[in-house]
Amino acid sequence: MGKVEKELRVSKIKTGTVIDHITSGKALAVLRILNITGQTGAIISVLMNVPSKMHGKKDVIKVENRKLTEEEVNKIALAAPDATINIIKNFKVTEKKSVKLPEFIEGIIKCSNPGCITNTSEPAIPRFRIVSKTPVNLRCVYCERITGEKELLAQF
Amino acid sequence: MRLKGRDIISLEDLSNEEISFIFNTADKFEPIARGKKKSSALAGKVMAALFFEPSTRTRLSFESAMQRLGGNVIGFAEPTTSSIAKGETLADTIKTVEKYSDVIVIRHPKMGAARLAAEVAEIPVINAGDGAGHHPTQTMLDLYTIRKTMGKFKNLNVGLIGDLKYGRTVHSLAYAASRFNNKLFLISPLGLEMPREIVSDLSAQGKEVSETSDLPEVLPQLDVLYVTRIQKERFSDPVEYAKVKNTYKIELKTLKTAKPTLCILHPLPRVDEISSELDSSPYAKYFDQVFYGVVIRAAILSLLLG
Repeated sequence: MGKVEKELRVSKIKTGTVIDHITSGKALAVLRILNITGQTGAIISVLMNVPSKMHGKKDVIKVENRKLTEEEVNKIALAAPDATINIIKNFKVTEKKSVKLPEFIEGIIKCSNPGCITNTSEPAIPRFRIVSKTPVNLRCVYCERITGEKELLAQF
Repeated sequence: MRLKGRDIISLEDLSNEEISFIFNTADKFEPIARGKKKSSALAGKVMAALFFEPSTRTRLSFESAMQRLGGNVIGFAEPTTSSIAKGETLADTIKTVEKYSDVIVIRHPKMGAARLAAEVAEIPVINAGDGAGHHPTQTMLDLYTIRKTMGKFKNLNVGLIGDLKYGRTVHSLAYAASRFNNKLFLISPLGLEMPREIVSDLSAQGKEVSETSDLPEVLPQLDVLYVTRIQKERFSDPVEYAKVKNTYKIELKTLKTAKPTLCILHPLPRVDEISSELDSSPYAKYFDQVFYGVVIRAAILSLLLG
């Protein structure tokens, strides 16, 4: 790919966050995890299935004028465990970090067990303990059933 | 060691030492549970028994335990008589009931309901069965019966027979018996085997587990045989059900090669998986098990309420 073509595809951002190395095809899931709906007026660039040296293909998201919090960054690992976060200031990367799943995940995903109390009208927010990271397996704090990667990704 | 104010939701919430502590306390409650000694240990205390699903043994043994200790009982045995029928959430019911009581015992069809109740309530909550989830006091009384009968509850060969796929009791007992270093023999018909994740989970923890569909093959080794009911509705073919039912029926002639000290348990109710001719044999411990349910629950109530 030529340099000109690359720049045409997406330009550098001045300030904000670049989420790189998102598992190919999972950019929309990441947007959903971060609750980025495009309604705030901020410029968001989403690239999907772009060539990657490391993974063959990858997705990239650029969010302008927003610095993601540590908590938000870690939630991304649910859908994209290899993602890297670049914080951009004045067109330069000032911080680079990889995502890391937290010990508990609360309120982002639903328990896959239809018999779980969290899938009723009760005020129980789904909460999971991470039991394994690759593949991602989450144990519901309430019913203790495992929600696996496949069921998890189907929700995004 | 103190358990005052604690919730009993899953056996996983208790350490082996805490379980042993509950058992040692239970020993002292035996004469009280039999009605041979009076107690006013929980006089003035109120237990709320909230049974959103029917139960005979669990509910009555909790109530008996509370009353033997001089306490009082309120509650309901089916949700149709409660405000749940009007659409109230469990969380609101719990917030209300805790204003009337000192401890809540709950049975609910949804998994995790007891955990939610414990989060909402300031007072201790005891899980008396949450759908296909946990029933910790049942598992404790199973272990306690083994300990009373065999004089110990470790290094034993424990056989679980019947429907191991859907039975909540056997899932919890498999984990609990393994925790105390007992060897497990899982005996079930094809299609009703212990869920794979439980077997691999136990194997990964280095626990000794063997599986078979043939009781005579393992019977001579067993110290304990825990029998569960095989339900007709699990089979699409009635002929297959009839075959399995007969193969897994325990009769005196089935036990010819068993150890004379074999202890047979059953969570009850039984249908015909254990012949009534066994009831008067030294093997039959399932009605002792019923009594120990009162003893264990009395110990738990007294420890939680201090």
